[in-house]
Amino acid sequence: MPTDMPNGLRSGASIAVRDLKVAYGGTRVLHGVSLDFEPGSFTALLGSSGCGKTTLLRALSGFVPVESGAILVGGLDVAPLPPEKRGMAMVFQSYALWPHMSVLQNMGYGLKLRGVPKAQIAAKVGALLSMLGLSGYEDRKVTALSGGQRQRVALGRALAIDPGILLLDEPLSNLDAKIRMVMRHEIRSIQQRLGLTAVHVTHDREEAMTMADRLVIMQAGRVAQVGTPEEVYDRPASAFVANFMGAENVLPLHVARAEGGASVTAGTAMARLAPEAAQALPAGDAVAYFRDDVARLDASDAAAGGDLLVPGTIAARAYPGGVYRYRIEAAGRQITVDDADRHELGTMIGLRIPLQRLHIFPASEAGIAA
Amino acid sequence: MIRLAASARMVLAASLLAAFAFVLIGPILNLALWSVAERWYTPYKLPVTYGTRYWEQVFRPTGDAMASLGTSVWIAVLTVAFALALSIPAGYALARLKLPMRALFMVMFLLPQAFPSVAIYINVARIFYQLGINGTVLAVVLVHTAHGLVFSVWIAAAAFAAVDKDLELAARNMGASPLRAFFTVTLPLAAPGIIASGIFVFLESLDEFTGTFFVGVPQVTTLPLLLYNAAMGGNYQVASITALILLVPSVLFMLFIERFLRADVLAKVGT
Repeated sequence: MPTDMPNGLRSGASIAVRDLKVAYGGTRVLHGVSLDFEPGSFTALLGSSGCGKTTLLRALSGFVPVESGAILVGGLDVAPLPPEKRGMAMVFQSYALWPHMSVLQNMGYGLKLRGVPKAQIAAKVGALLSMLGLSGYEDRKVTALSGGQRQRVALGRALAIDPGILLLDEPLSNLDAKIRMVMRHEIRSIQQRLGLTAVHVTHDREEAMTMADRLVIMQAGRVAQVGTPEEVYDRPASAFVANFMGAENVLPLHVARAEGGASVTAGTAMARLAPEAAQALPAGDAVAYFRDDVARLDASDAAAGGDLLVPGTIAARAYPGGVYRYRIEAAGRQITVDDADRHELGTMIGLRIPLQRLHIFPASEAGIAA
Repeated sequence: MIRLAASARMVLAASLLAAFAFVLIGPILNLALWSVAERWYTPYKLPVTYGTRYWEQVFRPTGDAMASLGTSVWIAVLTVAFALALSIPAGYALARLKLPMRALFMVMFLLPQAFPSVAIYINVARIFYQLGINGTVLAVVLVHTAHGLVFSVWIAAAAFAAVDKDLELAARNMGASPLRAFFTVTLPLAAPGIIASGIFVFLESLDEFTGTFFVGVPQVTTLPLLLYNAAMGGNYQVASITALILLVPSVLFMLFIERFLRADVLAKVGT
């Protein structure tokens, strides 16, 4: 067996991005991004299309020229270096396997460039293939492989050169749902086993949350929030992040500070807040964001009891499984709510919204996302 | 009634097919007949005497035909080498780099085809006279190359454009220099298109008459010139055999195109 088995703990390299600006043909795509990637961390770059996440990854890999700023890998600025001198391995969304080469040739390409003897290449590729569950596939044509197998070969090709940094450019988006789940865990466990620094680009929120130690939410070429999945999900820093992380219900509010707390009004509904909870709220017009599972349906004349009880009408109902999903017309808005009980369309109900589970932002800031 | 219509349709299809085959094969059949006709004169509808005398004459090692076949092939090989040496870098640049006047470049290679060739070749011949290269193989190769470039550059550009850019970037990412990535990934993947363009240039060169006539005669005699001389001299047998020889590479090329060239490459030609 080869001595250089890919299962010893290697430490990945650290990356520090400093005020990175990237432009495509005169259009600025990244407006000064600064980020730190710890060695061995798994970071997901998350954002809607056109937010600059792929551009950031391609700037890291050297495929996109940098306008200004630095990319420090282990303290060395690699921004002026060509892609081949950066020590980063990328897994492409399209897999980018070379169709004129066998699996062995694809995976051994990087080693061959480094002058590794043939026998050693074959041994290393064999070890990687068995780790990826593709033992004996060396001489297959890559065009004869399934999507999931191609994805594994692409991952194996990247791992073969023992990179300190693994870049993943939406590697799972072309796979069907079942294989995607398996590959999520596989990539994550390989990354942890090898101690690689991984940067993963995705637009799939769940994928990012389940795979990464840390999320970077990007918006229009800037970093909107950096944090663990829990932080970003539970304490979004902006209306955009709240909305992007699934808090898609929007409710305009008015917050009025008063002696001993604050009062929150939404349409005709009103609730009081204790002083400590009121501290964090912006005064004046505000917008609340919340998820489908936050609100409950209640009788329209139920006691509010500290919650906001907004009167509304059931406009639509669907059964996605487990709970009913309702579209409620309330306070001039369409609000989606999950509830366990079945209600008829057109029923007048009270929408019970617990204040502490709302993400509230000043209306001026929220304007873009509302 | 239906049976009648069906058989009528079949008869129509068969006769159309026969007419098509006649148009396609008729001239070739005529050539074949002439090549084995030792004596054929009016009013006879078919040759009077058959024989392979002229074939022997053409393929005699000391014969003009073999010499000019050699010249033709040599010129064609050099032309392909010249054309590919230019069209591979040019095609890559046109496909990959953001050239400011890309369309202009593409049209520039088309220019030699846009004007009456005789007018162009007379001027070329005049310039070559001044340079003292008229009547040399080099002169003929240059003329053939200029003529072939339009095809080879356009096809090469299409072949390179059909190679996914990520495949090239993946090689760079694995540690390959730009040149290395080009030779190990881009060029092999574009090879079928490049080879096809090379064969096309080869055939065009083998076939070319006007330019060779103006810059090559009398020192350089290619197969088409021999054919012309034979036909003008009333020797239809030698002319027919020469024409048949010229036909062989074209047929092989068509088979190659069908077998190897991907539709997505063909679709990108000229875009």
